Amino acid sequence: MLDINNLQASVEGKSILKGLDLHVKAGEVHAIMGPNGSGKSTLAQVLAGRDAFEVTGGSVTWDEHDLLAMPIEERARAGLFLAFQYPVEIPGVSNAYFLKAAVNAVRKHRGLPEFDAMDFLTRVKAEMKAVGMKEEFLYRAVNEGFSGGEKKRNEVLQMALLEPRLAILDETDSGLDIDALKVVADGVNRLRSPERALIVITHYQRLLDYIVPDQVHVLSHGRIVRSGGRELALELEEKGYGWIGDSGEVHSAPEPAGGAQ
Amino acid sequence: MKTATATAPANRPITNFLDQEYSAGFETLLEADTLPKGLSEDVIRVISAKKKEPEFLLEWRLEAYRHWLTMTPPKWAAVSFPEIDFQDIVYYSAPKKKDGPKSLDEVDPELLKTFDKLGVPLHERARLAGVAVDAVFDSVSVATTFQKELGEHGIIFCSFSEAVQKHPELVRKYLGTVVPQGDNFYAALNSAVFSDGSFVFVPKGVKCPMELSTYFRINARDTGQFERTLIIAEEGASVSYLEGCTAPMRDENQLHAAVVELIALDDAKIKYSTVQNWYPGDKDGKGGIYNFVTKRGDCRGARSHISWTQVETGSAITWKYPSVILRGDDSVGDFHSVALSNHRQQADTGTKMIHMGRNTRSTILSKGISAGHGSNTFRGLVRVSPKAEGARNYTQCDSLLIGDQCAAHTFPTIEARNPTAHVEHEATTSRIGEDQLFYAMQRGLTAEDAVSMIVNGFCREVFKELPMEFAVEAQKLLGVSLEGSIG
Repeated sequence: MLDINNLQASVEGKSILKGLDLHVKAGEVHAIMGPNGSGKSTLAQVLAGRDAFEVTGGSVTWDEHDLLAMPIEERARAGLFLAFQYPVEIPGVSNAYFLKAAVNAVRKHRGLPEFDAMDFLTRVKAEMKAVGMKEEFLYRAVNEGFSGGEKKRNEVLQMALLEPRLAILDETDSGLDIDALKVVADGVNRLRSPERALIVITHYQRLLDYIVPDQVHVLSHGRIVRSGGRELALELEEKGYGWIGDSGEVHSAPEPAGGAQ
Repeated sequence: MKTATATAPANRPITNFLDQEYSAGFETLLEADTLPKGLSEDVIRVISAKKKEPEFLLEWRLEAYRHWLTMTPPKWAAVSFPEIDFQDIVYYSAPKKKDGPKSLDEVDPELLKTFDKLGVPLHERARLAGVAVDAVFDSVSVATTFQKELGEHGIIFCSFSEAVQKHPELVRKYLGTVVPQGDNFYAALNSAVFSDGSFVFVPKGVKCPMELSTYFRINARDTGQFERTLIIAEEGASVSYLEGCTAPMRDENQLHAAVVELIALDDAKIKYSTVQNWYPGDKDGKGGIYNFVTKRGDCRGARSHISWTQVETGSAITWKYPSVILRGDDSVGDFHSVALSNHRQQADTGTKMIHMGRNTRSTILSKGISAGHGSNTFRGLVRVSPKAEGARNYTQCDSLLIGDQCAAHTFPTIEARNPTAHVEHEATTSRIGEDQLFYAMQRGLTAEDAVSMIVNGFCREVFKELPMEFAVEAQKLLGVSLEGSIG
């Protein structure tokens, strides 16, 4: 479904991704781990189309389309979803309005009838219950004044509503307590299906206790340096990131979360 | 902003967004009766004679002119423009006609087509929309609809010139009582040379059954437009009035210096809404209207209420402070404003609330949007005089910046001379950043949708004060005016 070949990207002239390869099939869940600054978030942003990152080489094919040639909103409508590490606040725009506009933009693209206000409310309220969000969040401005946990729940809510074909979770677990972590994991697990693929970016093994990945990749210095099954994550947990690095690069133990792009 | 080589230009929303053409920028070719450029007592006499005005009005104009000669243009506003040569302006231009149209059938079809193009509901559409319209083309009023129906309620809604002919006693009684001739430089100029405008009189106890509306259009070249609007609501009367404005696209700047006076007696209510879309100039700041306007309401009676709502999207320069004098006890003044400045536009706007009566209340809600190289200034004055026991004011002043080349300024002044006064002021500034756009686009929205969603969210509190059909228009106008703003 997703084929990333020799992807290279830089920001402000600084090279971040240095020839990354990744192949994800429909139905699979891939975890990407790595120390801060290894390029995890850059990968997520490049796939979503953020223009602050310049793609300097390589290719990304998604369902036979050249993903990198697609405008941001086209990627989203075709089913690419990014759960943000730092969800953005949009003052003055209610969550309900924003969610409905997004859901209908995607539905329209898929040739489905747009939801009217009633259909939408029924649907969104059911999903909110599933992620443990109170209804009042519908009428508050998008992410404005939300706590870290509430913002992440809101991301999971959007993911559930938009029914993506490829979901990328960018350190969605960072800064969450165990209850919120379970909500995120549950949201992801409910989304698992033979047609969908998920890429879970995380610094910690902890999330993978709840989301069992098909493959685990370790990213270091803009390249995937190791791939394996779930046991790789456990190994990382035990030994830290210091022992990876196939090119002689040695890294210190994981830093506290929150410092990445 | 950084660029991405591998992504389509559509991924650079802020770059493409603010370059929308001005859709009202066409010119209508009409035969016109135009005075030569320049201003003198003779010009004023000619204008007055053309309008067959009574002697008192000519004297009033001349007094204003003599006062104006002693004045200099105000320099305190945060706007900059080359000095205006007041002898290089045409002070009177009227579409040629015999005696003035008796009905719409006599109006030049070219002119009707113009208003049609602008979406002004002059004809049957007016009936459907239930809006009575007065249309002012260059210097004169060309058509006023619904006069008969309004007349049955005792309401007078006509051009200012017609009011001078038919109701000189009302004009004489109220003209200049809110904005005196020498109030300020542009008001004095207007008082000397004003050529037309709208007149509304709602008698005691009458609630005006429909929205009244004036549409202003500057068409002729080198012409200044100086209209004068006077609205009087007697005891217990109420009226809602809306003005809309457009002009053709021209390379040179054109001057628009209007005066609006509102008078509300005991228990009367006047709601005055403006959707201003004068030509703003091109994106490099060439051409556009200088909109230097004096608008003031006088809550003369107890428990009277005057409400200003404005959506300012046009003009190269806007200099305008719709104000309320809260003279009557328990009177209420409101000011709701959305001012947008894009490209090289400059807006210096705000309000004055002068509390004189007891328990007077005022609310100021200002939303400034700056985009491109636009500059937006809010200037507000809340004055509580010593006798205004229990006066209250609430001011909220929000700025939204789009991109990083624009500017927003806020100059609130509070003068409270009564210890019981209660004055609150809140201000916020936010920016539509790449982050927000990227977030919205990642959810499937286009950049345009995302910006208009954010801008409309920002303006919602003001839009809900507009009459329904105009709220929709304002929303659309804002979308159009912002196109190309992202960069």
